[in-house]
Amino acid sequence: MITKRIIPCLDVKDSRVVKGVNFENLRDVSDPVSLAKMYSESGADELVFYDITASGENRALFTDILKKVASVIFIPLTVGGGINGLADFERVLACGADKVSVNSGAIRDPSIVAQAAKRYGSQCVVLSADVKRVGGGYRLLAKGGKEDTGLDAIDWIARCVQNGAGEVVVNSIDTDGVKRGFDLPMLSEVLKVVSVPVIASGGAGCEQDFIELFSKLPRISAGLAASVFHFGQVQIPALKRRMRECGIPSRIIREDLC
Amino acid sequence: MTAIIDYGVGNLFSLKSSLEFIGESAVVTGDKKIIEDSDRIILPGVGAFGDAIEKLKSARLDAILKEQARDGKPLLGICLGMQLLFTRSYEYGRFDGLGLIPGSIRPLRDIVSGDLDVPHVGWNALHFTDNKGELFKYTENGEYVYFVHSYYAAECGAVTAYTDYSVPVTAAVQSGRVFGAQFHPEKSGGGGLKILKAFCEVTV
Repeated sequence: MITKRIIPCLDVKDSRVVKGVNFENLRDVSDPVSLAKMYSESGADELVFYDITASGENRALFTDILKKVASVIFIPLTVGGGINGLADFERVLACGADKVSVNSGAIRDPSIVAQAAKRYGSQCVVLSADVKRVGGGYRLLAKGGKEDTGLDAIDWIARCVQNGAGEVVVNSIDTDGVKRGFDLPMLSEVLKVVSVPVIASGGAGCEQDFIELFSKLPRISAGLAASVFHFGQVQIPALKRRMRECGIPSRIIREDLC
Repeated sequence: MTAIIDYGVGNLFSLKSSLEFIGESAVVTGDKKIIEDSDRIILPGVGAFGDAIEKLKSARLDAILKEQARDGKPLLGICLGMQLLFTRSYEYGRFDGLGLIPGSIRPLRDIVSGDLDVPHVGWNALHFTDNKGELFKYTENGEYVYFVHSYYAAECGAVTAYTDYSVPVTAAVQSGRVFGAQFHPEKSGGGGLKILKAFCEVTV
């Protein structure tokens, strides 16, 4: 049976992982390569890297880091942040990304999704959407949740999947950072309109939040989080054992692997 | 030296890195001479079958691959690369493949349960047939590997491993020294590296 994926997300700025990483057993906690290696060895099913660099000149630093990570980590890598066109897809794919996550870039120019799916295949195009409740509906936000686009988020997601997005990361702005669980009602609306894998993001605070997510919404493919993993509140090996105990298929890695 | 066939399809960075990581030299190439001089060949690929077979043909790589396989050189097709080894595909039409493995490529949607997503994306377990072949000599039954695909290999007598996606789905094939993996060993962590290592130990 296919397993439910657990995906840590790393925000990278000026070649360092930011957003308060706190690991006692890592010498350099903000080194993306050491962190990626640690997550891969602890059983993370994929890694997501967001380039939160503001300036163009530091883009090169990010792609250097990406190359280093992709040379030593052999699990799927998704890259997002600053993806505004096919040239950006090309740039990160050449450095070892397997999938490219597009968010505000697709809002500015919705044709990016179809163009990228045609050129690189749907499996390569991940739509990332920031969603917030506004006036009884679900609204699509842009620029990391700072700007209301006025668009209906569920319609937007359905449209991007029709245009060729192969997976969707849905981030709830309402639950993000609150650490009281994923946004199950919103995710359930998304599941009604798409038949590609949906990755839940925003709100994980403890192991039980992942158990609830996969038990109550069995069609969710993966759970994504950042700080609960970075701060060690949720340890991936323990989470995966717990998932198995609860009857949720999960991949547990054997210790003898190279 | 392993020749990774470059015909303008997909991301070859991880594949090359993973081979280097296990101590194998690898060259990404479309050059006939280099391919002929290699010890083994990997045919990668993502995207659509029709496009890919056209690209192989226009680069005249189809004939080289067939000839090399006939001469007994170990050949591994990965993901779409595996599908290209087959007789034909029904992905958006009907296309002839390289014909190195008997069978056809058909839509997953036709066989998997309606409540499951297509593409089949994620980590799923390998279940070996009675003949698991040389590719899995270091791999235990139940090992998880990473899949991303919407089509599957059907009507094939050369299956060495299946995976379960509401129905058994072909995960790997072998006919002589021609091997195919529907999953991505270069994206399947330590377990995937063991599979690449086993392939690199297949001798001519």
